[in-house]
Amino acid sequence: MQIIQPHYHAIARTAQDYERMAMSGVVAVAEPAFWAGFDRRYPETFIDYFRQISEFEPTRAAQYGIRHFCWVAVNPKEAENPQLTQTVLEHMPEFLNHPNCLGVGETGLHKSTPNECNALEAHVEIAMKHDQLVLIHTPHLADKAHGTRRVLEILAGLNVIPERIWIDHVEEHTIGPCLDAGYWVGCTLYPITKCSPRRAVDMVEKYGRERILINSSADWGPSDPFTLQECVLEFRRRGHSLQEAVELFHNNPCRFLGQNPKFDIQPISIQPLSEGISSDSLITPSFAG
Amino acid sequence: MLSPQQIVDKDFLEHRHMLIEIAAYLDRFDAAVERVGDPVERPHGLYLIDQALKKLREPASKNGRAFDLLELFAS
Repeated sequence: MQIIQPHYHAIARTAQDYERMAMSGVVAVAEPAFWAGFDRRYPETFIDYFRQISEFEPTRAAQYGIRHFCWVAVNPKEAENPQLTQTVLEHMPEFLNHPNCLGVGETGLHKSTPNECNALEAHVEIAMKHDQLVLIHTPHLADKAHGTRRVLEILAGLNVIPERIWIDHVEEHTIGPCLDAGYWVGCTLYPITKCSPRRAVDMVEKYGRERILINSSADWGPSDPFTLQECVLEFRRRGHSLQEAVELFHNNPCRFLGQNPKFDIQPISIQPLSEGISSDSLITPSFAG
Repeated sequence: MLSPQQIVDKDFLEHRHMLIEIAAYLDRFDAAVERVGDPVERPHGLYLIDQALKKLREPASKNGRAFDLLELFAS
């Protein structure tokens, strides 16, 4: 089955991950800019990082037949340095014009400080000015509920197009308000600290698959790109058809990311070749018994 | 050997994760009941989970909580 990994930090992963992802159906990944595990001190370090994810990383992915797209931003942790943030923001438009850059991200909040909130506003304003998509990180663990409320408050005060904004890392206590406000949401599958494959499928069953993106993130910390495939399996084991799985794990990323014409992978449909074959036998899972 | 505080700190997130998974498991059952109706009898597996959660709130026996739960799940 063809799937898309819409949030993937490729620079933190090995070529073997690319190879295994290719073998397990991944046709494209999208890599947001993120925190490197330490606070960078120089704007030039960001510029080189943006070059890495917009120019070099696509060549690595291409060796395995995987399309690679990227996003650029100053992540919330480093947004605590306003001078650095401002200088990087001034350089961002040149990367937004890059052929595989899909928009501004991941911006967002970590501890929801005034500096972080100001940086989030500035990122969203640049994105809207340049007609870009936005990927918004919401905080971890105990900070998530408050931080997600602040994200929604900040967005409500800006002139945004909700369907061009993806609020990521939602969980059971934050998904509802984000969907209600018209945004896309992301369920990020982490082994322990975010959402699990089972809980992501629970949320899809509760809210429907419209405007939901499932992703593994997969960075330098405890994470695993193949939680996405675990989620596909969980979804299918619950009796959802192959086409429904394609809609969620391939076509939804196409629908959101495809709002930027640079993302040219189209939604697909599973059809039996022969009229004599029941489509049910092709698309109905048979895991039970 | 770790101190009591070190034990909590080292594995808190993993156990937080396990508890949320149990909560989601129970929510999943409730959602299925809402969708297709209540089973005539409460499934034995769910009864055991309920009993296990109750036991965890009680003081540990001399054998320990893990021992007690294994005995419960063998019943």
